[in-house]
Amino acid sequence: MKNFIDKLKKLNSKGNYSIYLVLIALFIVSWMANENFATWGNLSNISRQIAVGTILAFGQTILIISGMLDLSSGSVLALAGVLSVSVYTMTQSLALSFIVGIAVAVFCNILNGLMVTKFKTPPFIATLAMMAMARGAALMYTKGQNIYQIGDYVVFGQGSWFGIPNPIWFLVITLAITWYLLKHTVFGRSIYAIGGNEEASNASGINVNKVKMKAYIINGIFVGLAGIIFMSRVNGGLPNGAIGFEFKSLTAAVIGGTSFTGGVGTASGTLAGAFIVGFLDNIMVLIGVDSYLQQIVRGAIIALAVIYDISIKTKRKRTKLIKAK
Amino acid sequence: MSQEVKLSVSNIEKSFPGVKALDRIEFSVRKGSVHVLCGENGAGKSTLMKIINGIYQPDAGKILIDGQEVQIKNPIQARSLGISMIFQELNYIPEMTIEESLFVGNWPLDKMKKVDWPEIRKRTVALLKEEGLNYSPTTKLKNLAVYDIQMLEIIKAISYQSDIIIMDEPTSAITQKEVDLLFKKIFELRSRGAAIIYISHKMDEIFKIADDITIFRDGKVIDSRPKEELDIDTVISLMVGRKLSNNFPKVDVPIGNVILETKNITGELFDDISFNVKKGEVVGFAGLMGAGRSEVMRAIFGLDPIYSGEILINGKKVSIKKVQDSISKKVVMLSEDRRRYGIIPVRSVKENISISNLNKFIYSGKLHAQKENETVSYYCEKMNVKTPSFETNIEALSGGNQQKVLLAKWLITDPEVFIVDEPTRGIDVGAKYEIYKLISDLVADGKSVIMVSSELPELIGMCDRIYVMAKGNIMGSLEKENFSQENIMRLATASITKH
Repeated sequence: MKNFIDKLKKLNSKGNYSIYLVLIALFIVSWMANENFATWGNLSNISRQIAVGTILAFGQTILIISGMLDLSSGSVLALAGVLSVSVYTMTQSLALSFIVGIAVAVFCNILNGLMVTKFKTPPFIATLAMMAMARGAALMYTKGQNIYQIGDYVVFGQGSWFGIPNPIWFLVITLAITWYLLKHTVFGRSIYAIGGNEEASNASGINVNKVKMKAYIINGIFVGLAGIIFMSRVNGGLPNGAIGFEFKSLTAAVIGGTSFTGGVGTASGTLAGAFIVGFLDNIMVLIGVDSYLQQIVRGAIIALAVIYDISIKTKRKRTKLIKAK
Repeated sequence: MSQEVKLSVSNIEKSFPGVKALDRIEFSVRKGSVHVLCGENGAGKSTLMKIINGIYQPDAGKILIDGQEVQIKNPIQARSLGISMIFQELNYIPEMTIEESLFVGNWPLDKMKKVDWPEIRKRTVALLKEEGLNYSPTTKLKNLAVYDIQMLEIIKAISYQSDIIIMDEPTSAITQKEVDLLFKKIFELRSRGAAIIYISHKMDEIFKIADDITIFRDGKVIDSRPKEELDIDTVISLMVGRKLSNNFPKVDVPIGNVILETKNITGELFDDISFNVKKGEVVGFAGLMGAGRSEVMRAIFGLDPIYSGEILINGKKVSIKKVQDSISKKVVMLSEDRRRYGIIPVRSVKENISISNLNKFIYSGKLHAQKENETVSYYCEKMNVKTPSFETNIEALSGGNQQKVLLAKWLITDPEVFIVDEPTRGIDVGAKYEIYKLISDLVADGKSVIMVSSELPELIGMCDRIYVMAKGNIMGSLEKENFSQENIMRLATASITKH
């Protein structure tokens, strides 16, 4: 066992692969624990369930890498979702309702971005304020009532294309966008640099505020998309929907190896983090774990992920000293 | 100076996975003496000091204090054994007051086990008075200069009644005048019987302050002798294991037209600054700490605002409001604070190099990996950056190599004016020489360099012209034939007479 851990650590010094090993291990253990786990039906079900949270998590990943975050994503999701649904019930236009959903979330995130860049509000506080405002706006607009009878709107969350459920398509598309942005664009490099050292990034000629603004706008697009899928999946416009989703998405990002100290994180890591949470939730239900215990397990997983992240960092520091000799 | 040994280590060994950091080290410090350690970065000096200070545990060997073998498990224990260490990169809490900083971790308590503030005030005032330092106990550290904070560290060591004081490059961030004051303090400590271990790269100060000199190379003690038996050339050649033929490789090149000029620029910390830089010139900026040199450069580079005045490049007035502006005008700057404004930790060498040049590697919106790798490897080779790979985290590199990475970053932008602010601070002799060589090559290529430095020999050795600043004003400029440390210091310490 010790040998195995050493090997893991060695592998990790090149890149953070252990998260994928954990995912595979969890998959195998779950498979052995319950025969219904590894069926296509169940796995597709898990993917659909985690889609909304994971799309939010991609936005969080981009923000956390650059040293920011979004606490408002659950609330903005609800606001964008109910407005989108409402536009649909009024116009019966899928395209228009889709655009409105995205636009509302982008607008809220432009406000987040302005608070952070123009007024230098810490992202934690700025998005905490937005969290309250967006939820309030969603409740005010709907007078606290759910919107039902959404007709064809359900296609976003319940339809499928080439036999694959639409939420999974959206998940794959946002994954690809996030991966491409982080890996292959100036924006991605700038995001990592700003999270690593904001002042040095500025002194290197990066327009820090512009990049941060872009990050919030991209997050807004993802949040809007998640709102549309969410409402479509639950068959209605729920102003009280998706409460706590901001933490769900943060969890996936953190378990996936995105570092809260900034400068570190990947799209695939976040995807793996989301699946770890999804698998765990699913297998706990399948084997009949008490629902309160489930919460404790979820919390413990976050703690473990962060402890692991920190221990890797201390190890890196040590390697640094060694190499400096 | 007595012959009595205060601290000695014998047969100390320390390995990190894959590296032997210290190899059978024998070393001793006499009571009431200053023992200088020198060696290139990575030679093992700091590792040994960290073992003596209890931060690392040795794999083998003994530490003796006053002839008694001791185990030093952590810095707190080291302190109780009378060992104090003053680090090169001062870690302090900016919001703390002087009195808090002196007693942090060692608070005097009253009968109720509450922190005894009146006692702290009394002792702080007494300490400050005793050491002749003119600070108020309630001044916050963020309002002090580097030198003041260093002095506080020394006072702290005195207040612990430490008789073994380790100083790791204490002069790397302070000016000549402050160095003299620091040395006075060190001599005082020595005459009180303290054993002082002093790590430095600066030859002139080593010979000014040392009683004994020990030279490290590659984790071994190469030589250890009284100062009288050594000279600068010998020490340098022992350190690097080769003779350095020429300290400053500056070659004279034809000087062209004025490329950069400022007319009466004024900012928060400088006033009415006018100077010019010509093609092919190395222009120096000398002055004491706080003279405003770095601030002028920061403003020209677009990091700080300019309130009034003009900047002209090739005779044309330009507006520089942010760093992107200056880069596009081919003016770049290597900052004096490498950790804060230079490196991006947790990211690779490659990303640190290409961060200012990403637009060069873009083809239809996508970063071209091969083009980037080719450019990065070309410049790493050119700059002789020692790194296991380009994907290595930049924090794993030594200070000198980090500096070379940052220089490479700016070279790729193809600057016409390269501002270097304290380019050789805290890096070893070999890397220093390489940086001098680079500056020399740049001007030979028809570029211009502005060099801000607190090391006068470096300015005198490298520059064609030197401006001297004090208190936010240019006090005068010196042409090559008038270069001397005395002339520079005279201007730097002159009082300002406004015309």
